[in-house]
Amino acid sequence: MSEGDQTAKRKDPESIYRNVIHEKFKPSIDRNLCIKCKRCVKECSFGALEWDDDGIRYKGNCVACQRCVATCPVKAIDIVHLPTQYPPHASYTERVRQAITAQATSGGVLLSSCGTDMPYGMIFDDLILDSAQVTNPSIDPLREEVETRTYVGRRTGKITLSSDGYITGSEATSPIVAMDMPLMIGHISLGAVSYNTQLALLQAAKNLHILAGSGEGGLHSDFFPFAENVIGEVASGRFGVTADYLQRTAAVEIKIGQGAKPGVGGHLPGEKVTELISSSRRIPLGTDALSPYPHHDIYSIEDLQQLIAALKESTEHRVPVGVKIAAVHNVGAIASGVVRAGADFITLDGFRGGTGSSPRVIRDHAGLPIEVATAVVDKRLTAEGLRNRITLIAGGSIRSSADMIKVIALGADVASVCTSALIAMGCQVCQSCHRGVCAWGITTQRPDLVSRLDPAIGAARVTRLYTAWNEELKEVLGAMGIDAVESLVGNRDRLRYFGPNPKIAEVMGVKHVGEGWG
Amino acid sequence: MALNSEVRKAIAEGSKRIIIDGVMGQRYIGSAAKAKDLYVAIKGTPGNDLGAFLDGPTIEVFGNAQDMTGNTMSSGRIVVHGNAWDVTGLSLRGGRILVRGSSGFRVGIHMKEFGKERPAIVIGGTTGDYLGEYMAGGNILVLGEGVPEGESPVGSFIGTGIHGGSIYVRGKVEKHQLGMGASISDLGAEDVKLLDELITDFENAFNVKVERDWSKFTKIKPLSSRPFTGRFDSTAIWN
Repeated sequence: MSEGDQTAKRKDPESIYRNVIHEKFKPSIDRNLCIKCKRCVKECSFGALEWDDDGIRYKGNCVACQRCVATCPVKAIDIVHLPTQYPPHASYTERVRQAITAQATSGGVLLSSCGTDMPYGMIFDDLILDSAQVTNPSIDPLREEVETRTYVGRRTGKITLSSDGYITGSEATSPIVAMDMPLMIGHISLGAVSYNTQLALLQAAKNLHILAGSGEGGLHSDFFPFAENVIGEVASGRFGVTADYLQRTAAVEIKIGQGAKPGVGGHLPGEKVTELISSSRRIPLGTDALSPYPHHDIYSIEDLQQLIAALKESTEHRVPVGVKIAAVHNVGAIASGVVRAGADFITLDGFRGGTGSSPRVIRDHAGLPIEVATAVVDKRLTAEGLRNRITLIAGGSIRSSADMIKVIALGADVASVCTSALIAMGCQVCQSCHRGVCAWGITTQRPDLVSRLDPAIGAARVTRLYTAWNEELKEVLGAMGIDAVESLVGNRDRLRYFGPNPKIAEVMGVKHVGEGWG
Repeated sequence: MALNSEVRKAIAEGSKRIIIDGVMGQRYIGSAAKAKDLYVAIKGTPGNDLGAFLDGPTIEVFGNAQDMTGNTMSSGRIVVHGNAWDVTGLSLRGGRILVRGSSGFRVGIHMKEFGKERPAIVIGGTTGDYLGEYMAGGNILVLGEGVPEGESPVGSFIGTGIHGGSIYVRGKVEKHQLGMGASISDLGAEDVKLLDELITDFENAFNVKVERDWSKFTKIKPLSSRPFTGRFDSTAIWN
């Protein structure tokens, strides 16, 4: 052993163990193209690059977020997958071994963010849509009206009839909110994301005439003008839940669970509790913002009924009050209880749903796919005669208009999206939100990074994305010969299962490919 | 709820003094009421969620209150001349709750504070377990009136997960009663000033006298405002 080796060993005897956690990616810089402008060094908020006398040097810690690639003025950077190999093993995969090594070093609970990246199959990709042929002609959505207007709230109403049986009037008997498409932007809190990000999302919701979730961080006073487009969340931490807040929402949602971390509370680390966040959450600067795991006023369906009623009373019955639950094994019975507790809408969040921070073990191993949960809840509520009381919102890995259409056919009224909106604003799903240094200025509170996202551009991009999805929805509805999206809700007969496990199709109430109408 | 809509109507019409007689368990009374100069007197027993989301008014109960009194209250004042049952002052953000008698389990859970918004709960008698769980700010004072010498006026798991604010107990508190993250500390001059102010308020509210022997008071405070630092590992791991 050389003297140098011995010194290293004395200084940090465990470094050899840590060193087996390999770097996965690396920026590869074309030295012939590089003009040494050092832009990439400034752009990399993960500190992966540094200027070393006469060139850019890689220090490690690349998360492949593409920020340096996107900002290099001469396109000299590529992110490459490093070739380092572990001895191959199908059970002790790289992922498994890296987690063991990391935890043997830290003794900590592994954190991650975004939706799970575990290679569970996507059931959406095993579902195939029907189309109209001959006997049920298709509709050309460019020349005929295809209705995508969707309502959120309790689906009860009253019609008045004349003595000879004609309808003379109709009115909703509960508050209901109209949206121009069967899609809402899910709950992403100010705190998890930056001010500019939330502003962009709310502006996009306004442009699109849809709703967006506030997340559990309350609503910044600057965002009060978006009240008509906001579903105000009431989570276990009750951050920012004030009488004023309840007056400035189009709907209120009690968050019981989140798909990415069912049963787990929130933990916004003190680093992210800046002046802005502390004032909107009404907590001291720099303290951890902890959301308790359960709501301490909800231990039963009766208690939930009570909070729903308290919120309805507090909003003078002006807005729908819903409940968000994570998709878990017994979700059908839970949803039934939630409807009976008086919810006007239920938001189901599937296990692939996103998060700004979650224990990895929960994110990767708990919950239920949204496809199955949606179908199971729709079937259960229909069987119990409750389905028509509520609006069913489903989210957690709705990646495209196809997923949106399929989740509606499986039983949802509304698809809830988050990650795709963030991708529209630069997110590359690097699963590093919890580190608070998002290079795209999304999941960070660092002012220099926050300013990287122009809210006007962000809003425009999100608006374009979902406008396109809605056009695609109309194309598909037309092709199916359906002239209003409401007729697709729970229309599982327009889906066929083309996957490896017919049991899943059976549970969802979807026929296998090749099976006809009856 | 019919009662509460009457109350709302009276507030909307500009009433500043509302007296409700013969209350028998009606819930949500005064929820999200805002007028700062509004006074609501309740004679009888209000139901759960009395003054939920309250932001300004004063509610005085001449009787006992049920669960979740002052749930997620922002500001204002709730004075209960009898006992208040479980989960009093959940997520209290500002204002003050005074209870002449005792309260149940989970009092002052996840109270917060921000700048000058420093909520306080004063309980004249005893409380159950989980007092000040998840507490993030504000002050709780338990006076332990009527508790025999040598017995504790509070239960177990005091301040579990506390990361802000202070809990003061007059009477015996043993270490085993503390929850995770809570610690016992000595009273300082600031504490005595605060306690004197809270006790004076309590005395005036109920027209009673409370003995001020500071040696009998125990202060419970958080070990850290960042209790979970070091618990997590952010190592990036991919497939």
